[in-house]
Amino acid sequence: MKLPYFPGCTLKQTAKNFEKSAMASARRIGIELVELPRWNCCGAVSSLTSDDIMHHVAPIRDLVRVQQMNDDGILNNEYRLVVLCSMCFNVLKRSNMLVTKDAETLNKINEFMDTEPDYEGTVEVKHFLEILRDEIGFDKIKEKIKKPLHGLKVSPYYGCTLLRPREIGIDDPEAPTIMDDFIKSLEATPVDNPYKSLCCGSYHTVGNAEVVAHRTYKIIEGARRNGADVIITSCPLCAFNLDNRQELTKKLHPDFEYMPILYFTQLMALAFGEEKEAGFDENFVNPVPLLEEKKLLKKVVSRGE
Amino acid sequence: MEGNKKMITIYIMGKAYKVPFGLTIMKAVEYAGYRFIRGAGCRAGFCGACATVYRKKGDYKFRTALACQTTAEDGMYLAQLPFVPANREEYNIENIDPDKNVLSEYYPEINRCVSCNTCTKSCPQELDVMDFIQAAIRGDYKKVSSLSFDCIQCGLCTARCPAEITHYHVAQLARRIYGKYYSPIPKHLEKRVGEIKKGKFDKEIERLKKMSVDELKKAYVKRKIERIPRGEVREE
Repeated sequence: MKLPYFPGCTLKQTAKNFEKSAMASARRIGIELVELPRWNCCGAVSSLTSDDIMHHVAPIRDLVRVQQMNDDGILNNEYRLVVLCSMCFNVLKRSNMLVTKDAETLNKINEFMDTEPDYEGTVEVKHFLEILRDEIGFDKIKEKIKKPLHGLKVSPYYGCTLLRPREIGIDDPEAPTIMDDFIKSLEATPVDNPYKSLCCGSYHTVGNAEVVAHRTYKIIEGARRNGADVIITSCPLCAFNLDNRQELTKKLHPDFEYMPILYFTQLMALAFGEEKEAGFDENFVNPVPLLEEKKLLKKVVSRGE
Repeated sequence: MEGNKKMITIYIMGKAYKVPFGLTIMKAVEYAGYRFIRGAGCRAGFCGACATVYRKKGDYKFRTALACQTTAEDGMYLAQLPFVPANREEYNIENIDPDKNVLSEYYPEINRCVSCNTCTKSCPQELDVMDFIQAAIRGDYKKVSSLSFDCIQCGLCTARCPAEITHYHVAQLARRIYGKYYSPIPKHLEKRVGEIKKGKFDKEIERLKKMSVDELKKAYVKRKIERIPRGEVREE
């Protein structure tokens, strides 16, 4: 299955391990993710002001690229655009929904983008997790894994943008299960966290990191109290806040203990025996000692910290 | 001569002039009696000095061009830009860590890009300016370098950008980083620089420096030009 794929800026910079591990995992289940030959930043935040059409131009331009891939013969009638980053997913899907429901706004955007072909509203924005659940099926993934993650207790962290608002979300915003089912398909044990969809503090990490650090404490401690070894997420900003902000969290809460934060695809790469593509060395809190202890990674003697 | 030619009316900073049809904007402005002391350079579309803005009669679009490369049309409202103000950050290329997000660090305003594409539309070189700014946001020096390679630094993109990005300075920094830290060093260049450092050409330079202007002109005309047969790649 050849699917168009939108990486987003973060996956090319601070979340390279997210992309690398997803690519390797996708290959193992027969999915070829074809990066859009041309793409621009999704906009990073979806504008909620009804007359602010300008900020929908960027995401719609990206959707035009999917049409062009089909027109150019790179894809054969394939309009499902796969996104890994929850934030990009949310922004692209929201703009897509706006213009497919509102012909006048679509017309305005098309008129403004006078150097592009018109967007025809044909693209479906899909999160990679949805492809796994709906197109491949979690039971199929379970059949294909090489290394079942027995004994690893994984707490899913959904955050906001994968679930909210309801019409955009890929699962029930109040009681999501998609990541839990994903964890089970890798034969790891899902662990619930009452704070699994509490906002991580998002962009406050730039100007007011303490806000984020207090939330990181709450979220990670919530998972730990239920026995989790590790947390998985699908958002590079949540990952940064939960992972890189643990240092500050420790300063503010001396009783806090570090916990590895992984992209869900890193766990998948591990289960497919693609640990070299998992990019564990790019995580802030090193997950390797935990994975070695759980006998999911072989001990390498001279591994520098 | 004027009698045979079709005359057109252009407006220079609002004032009407009749000029012959078929001149470039630059020549038309000169025909009207103006003399360029800034905003003109090579007159061949390479130096980027003659950025110009105009509107056509009855057309809502604000247009941009190089004055030396664009034919003046009837009803054009013209203004020459002598200079495009644009902040250029100071940096020492030797002290840059290319693994960091250098472009965003020096030019954080690139992250304000909303992909409106105004820069691309304003580029007289027809570069994909928006695409290289987007590549700059994600730190892809190679892509910025290849997409911006033909930039002549006229600054029109920068004058038009609603996000106040200074595209050409961003791209120049990216090309410098790519050239220094990523692209392979050409062997023939390394060899020639070595020869220069060893003083192979010192004598010749001294000889040239002592020549009069006339002697130099003669020597220039007489110079030997090495011809490379078509299709052959030069190897040194």
